[in-house]
Amino acid sequence: MATLLINNGSHPVPDSPTDDDALWLDTSTLDATTGWTLKPEGVCRDEVCVPLPHGRESEFVNSHSFNIAAFARYMGQPVLHDRPSQSWAIGEAAETRASALRSLYAPDFTLPDMAGVEHTLSDYRGRKVFLVSWASW
Amino acid sequence: MWQRLYEEVGSLGFVPITVAFDSAGVAAAGPWIEAAKSTYPSLIDPGHLVAGLYGMVNVPIGVWINEEGRIVRPPESAGASDGFRQMDSKTFKMPDAAMAVSRAAKKAYIEGLKDWARRGDQSPWALSEAEVLKRMQPPSGDHTLAATNFAMGLHLFEQGNPAAAQPYFAEAQRLHPENWSYQRQAWALEDPAKAGGPEFWSAVKALGDTPYYVPVEMPTS
Repeated sequence: MATLLINNGSHPVPDSPTDDDALWLDTSTLDATTGWTLKPEGVCRDEVCVPLPHGRESEFVNSHSFNIAAFARYMGQPVLHDRPSQSWAIGEAAETRASALRSLYAPDFTLPDMAGVEHTLSDYRGRKVFLVSWASW
Repeated sequence: MWQRLYEEVGSLGFVPITVAFDSAGVAAAGPWIEAAKSTYPSLIDPGHLVAGLYGMVNVPIGVWINEEGRIVRPPESAGASDGFRQMDSKTFKMPDAAMAVSRAAKKAYIEGLKDWARRGDQSPWALSEAEVLKRMQPPSGDHTLAATNFAMGLHLFEQGNPAAAQPYFAEAQRLHPENWSYQRQAWALEDPAKAGGPEFWSAVKALGDTPYYVPVEMPTS
């Protein structure tokens, strides 16, 4: 099995040893792995649906699978493939990150504390939050 | 470090949330969190998720978020300043003048936090939307590609293959040289002492006149 790093998670995915450009995922696992779902109106996540470019549908979809690598590139997301380890990494599009910041609303996240208890930033609404990075290094 | 501040102004609806950019997780960050005896949330971020979301390129970097969840100060040095660059790299001693400048910068920043805790959006430290947008540095395509390389490097390192991880860490640093977390985290994974060792001091020296911590723009009123 190969590994796909996406949306800050790690998922086992089928090998694709001969093609650097394509990572075909079974459409039944697409949502759980990537957050995207195929619908008649396009490829959808949350309230957003992206129509596939007309005449190029076969680059992205076949009878039972979806080329997430091609779609991510189409969406302006960085895609890396480390062939020896069969690892893929799909990052966020710069514009997605930039427009989230330009909204001035603090991007939400959930992280654990030392005891493994998860904290979500938006649970602290109603308070002034001083979010600060540090590291042991 | 922030516990005293929290005890002083936490009752005014103020809370620090610290995020440890430590890919070795609890093993690396845990002893420090225990020693701090903090009662505010101390979170652990092995993948440097928050760094990517907010564009934090170093530590300590602070972001101020008001009661409605709106950013009122974008990422900036959280009281740290470049005085440390005059530190003797062997004895860790700083000249008195540099120490005074460092202390003054930290004190001013903490006073700013207290003022904001008391007065909220009325504090001159809480910036207008236009000013936040002006100071904010949204990521470029190179920056998100750097983050993706860094994620791949971390994954390969966790798989027990540091040699395969190294080129991805190097590429992340090349694409986003202002991001010190990539370099220092990669060093720390190799050897925790290396992140503050001769390689670090030599990289800081190579900055020349470029700041390591960009000075915080403080209110004039």
